[in-house]
Amino acid sequence: MRVLLFGIAKDIAGAPFITAEGVSTVAELKSWLYGQYPALRQLRSLMVAVNKVYAGDAEMLNAADEIAVIPPVSGG
Amino acid sequence: MLIINILKYKENYYNRKMQVLLQINTNISVQQALDFVQTPDCGGVAVFVGNVRNVTKGKAVTKLFFECYEPMALLEMEKIAQHVIDQMGVKKLAILHIVGEKFPGDTVVVIAAAAPHRAAAFAACEYAIDTLKETVPIWKKEYFDDGAVWVAAHP
Repeated sequence: MRVLLFGIAKDIAGAPFITAEGVSTVAELKSWLYGQYPALRQLRSLMVAVNKVYAGDAEMLNAADEIAVIPPVSGG
Repeated sequence: MLIINILKYKENYYNRKMQVLLQINTNISVQQALDFVQTPDCGGVAVFVGNVRNVTKGKAVTKLFFECYEPMALLEMEKIAQHVIDQMGVKKLAILHIVGEKFPGDTVVVIAAAAPHRAAAFAACEYAIDTLKETVPIWKKEYFDDGAVWVAAHP
């Protein structure tokens, strides 16, 4: 499933989006990401948004969802 | 009943559109925010302006780069606006944020709030900027002579 990346997460992965395999929850996606890109573990936090809303670890992911990795925000 | 609900929803929707201006753009201005919140029933208007600072922890900053997940950022800004309008007694609110490259002194965020009395307007500006910094998916990269860092990314 396609995953959008922003900010430092995009720099770490070296791409604005990636394809994650074999994940069905937010928690599984996070561990998959940490496995693929260990540098993500160093970040202050790592959130996942599903359909443009912050999602908890237990939330289910579907192929049609818009999934995004949200590293620590720093607007303003 | 359904028709009444739909009408009510439409009324709220159009009222909100008149009350709130949310914008993410390569250029923004204080005047645009002030013009939007101007209304005869509000005696107090407060404005917060965030500019690029030329130094961070003693190091000279040469420029900033802002990246944004725009559709989600607008939704999070809408949540801030909802709270400010429904709970804080503010009649009109504008939140403008830039994306792209900015240099020391440039304006990167403008928040303007209009309320019948000043206390609500001051409180709304503070709430809006504090919450924006915590929840809205916008990221800034700070450039120095010897490199660049994504702000707040690491502990």
